Amino acid sequence: MFAGFITSLRNEGVAVSLTEYLTLLKAMKHQVALLDIEDFYYLARATLVKDERLVDRFDRVFALYFQGISGVGEDLLAEIPDEWLKKLAEKYLSPEEMAAIQALGGFEKLMETLRERLAEQKERHQGGSKWIGTAGTSPFGAYGYNPEGVRIGQHESRHRRAVKVWDKREFKDLDGEVELGTRGIKLALRRLRRWGREGEANELDLSGTIRATAANGGVLDLHLRPERRNKVKVLLLLDIGGSMDDHIEESAQLFSAAKSEFKHLETFYFHNCPYERLWRSNRRRFDDFTSTVQVMNTYGPDWSLVIVGDATMGPYEITHAGGSVEHWNEEPGALWMERLLKHYPKAVWINPRDTHYWGFTASLKLVKRIMGERMYPLTLDGLDEALKALRRPH
Amino acid sequence: MTNPTKFAGTERYITTRDLEIAVNAAMTLERPLLVKGEPGTGKTVLAREVAQALGWPLIEWHVKSTTKAAQGLYEYDAVARLRDGQLGEARVHDIANYIVRGKLWEAFAAEQQVVLLIDEIDKADIEFPNDLLQELDRMEFFVYETKETVQAKFRPLVIITSNNEKELPDAFLRRCFFHFIRFPDRETMERIVAAHYPDIKHDLVREALNLFFDIREVPGLKKKPATSELLDWLKLLMVDDIPAEILKSSDPKLVVPPLYGALLKNEQDVHLFERVAFLARRGQ
Repeated sequence: MFAGFITSLRNEGVAVSLTEYLTLLKAMKHQVALLDIEDFYYLARATLVKDERLVDRFDRVFALYFQGISGVGEDLLAEIPDEWLKKLAEKYLSPEEMAAIQALGGFEKLMETLRERLAEQKERHQGGSKWIGTAGTSPFGAYGYNPEGVRIGQHESRHRRAVKVWDKREFKDLDGEVELGTRGIKLALRRLRRWGREGEANELDLSGTIRATAANGGVLDLHLRPERRNKVKVLLLLDIGGSMDDHIEESAQLFSAAKSEFKHLETFYFHNCPYERLWRSNRRRFDDFTSTVQVMNTYGPDWSLVIVGDATMGPYEITHAGGSVEHWNEEPGALWMERLLKHYPKAVWINPRDTHYWGFTASLKLVKRIMGERMYPLTLDGLDEALKALRRPH
Repeated sequence: MTNPTKFAGTERYITTRDLEIAVNAAMTLERPLLVKGEPGTGKTVLAREVAQALGWPLIEWHVKSTTKAAQGLYEYDAVARLRDGQLGEARVHDIANYIVRGKLWEAFAAEQQVVLLIDEIDKADIEFPNDLLQELDRMEFFVYETKETVQAKFRPLVIITSNNEKELPDAFLRRCFFHFIRFPDRETMERIVAAHYPDIKHDLVREALNLFFDIREVPGLKKKPATSELLDWLKLLMVDDIPAEILKSSDPKLVVPPLYGALLKNEQDVHLFERVAFLARRGQ
């Protein structure tokens, strides 16, 4: 019945599956939403959309599809059996109203009138009013309530809103056309997990218990051991500002995925190239910074260094003292990079820029060489490669 | 139709039409309902109110980061059995004595329909929802130790809440109905307040709501105050009997409102707020 709607949704990037479509049809069959386009909209939304960021796209498709000129109205009319309508009318109309209908010439006559009205409505629609409100399924409902009424529409406050809910597009803010999901990134980050036992001993050590019990002559001797925890430690340096503005979204996703995946994660920011100081909070970068030496002293070589940046800058920002665009750096960035790499044997550079452009930027090639070619694109595959590289120290 | 009952909010819980449709759809088709939304917009309360409105018992399963899916089904207490074996207890011969039922089993075994709340499913491990797919789909599971299949006598209405800390797997989402509780608009908010504090002074509510929505507008707040914070705050205002005039005079852009602790939950937000207020005062 709504196959076209489903296809349009899929074309717009709301990946609706067959199961969900069938669920919707089943819900319709069970009359969860009855003859009210607004209820139908809510039902379809609850069934087909599973992410609030997609609701806006859904709204757009819904508006377009159910407003379409392709004459959905006739189809609907043809598909709703008269018996069903009759039954519904009996359910909702009072005896007096039923009598009124009889007076009008019985149900068949009523249907006839309704059809005429519907045609009328369509013409009026061409005159500029909203199509959904006037010729969807709601005229039936309205007609049921108001046997004599000419007005098509609900007589109660059900439709008090002038603008249809889906036309309001209240979920607009939540849709940023973002590449969906940190889930993929998280699954990739799992590669880096390194399990170790630490903390309180509260897990039963089965083999230890068996061994001790046997040694004890069969008398139970319980042995406990600490739970396994992810022991990997990650020092994340993020390039911020300037040319990185184009990649904020991906970087934020990577960061949020990393934050929930690693217990030991320290984050610092830098601009373009790490120099003698890094900062924790970008807002207070000028008055609250940490010297790079101190960072290296605090976090030992067992930490994995992950630098995220586009490495796109003037080459002198890397090679020359005083090259930084922000402050006077006594020593060139390349020197600081080398110090960091020497301190952290496990290090990678993740670059959000399209690999296509990598060959054209001098500074990028330079950084890549300093990194010992350990630069990977910020894609799932690239991340996978990067994490593999982290597992085998340079 | 299996269940003619419909949910339409309760006296204390104001629903919107879309939420009612979602709940009723989940109830009719007996599929889980996934509820997301800002913290404090009444996700968990929804399950309680649905249970109350329908007159069904509520079984709550609060998920933590260490919760495993299997714990919701059952746990086999091997250590207790081993110990009993050593002490020569008779009950040791029946393994069923050491199977501890989980919340899901409880819900399946209930003698009537129940509401099962799986609270904050996103707190658990990323694979957690996948491990529950079959169980929630077919409403049955197999107990390996006793070789029995536990089947739901009455399919419970499962309400799952998530705070979006982790993305949920697609296969899991496909099986649910979804509802995102939006932050209520002013009109709905007034109804909510009226439902909770029927005898609160009208002007107090008006001024408090003004202030409240202003505070939500302050850019950069880490945690915007939500419905539950507003209700707490109003309660405090009522207890302290703060007159509406004080709220009226306190433009949130100029001074921090009284009893703000109920609204702003972390110190960065309070600092931010004070700074904004300070700048605004200086600008005058």
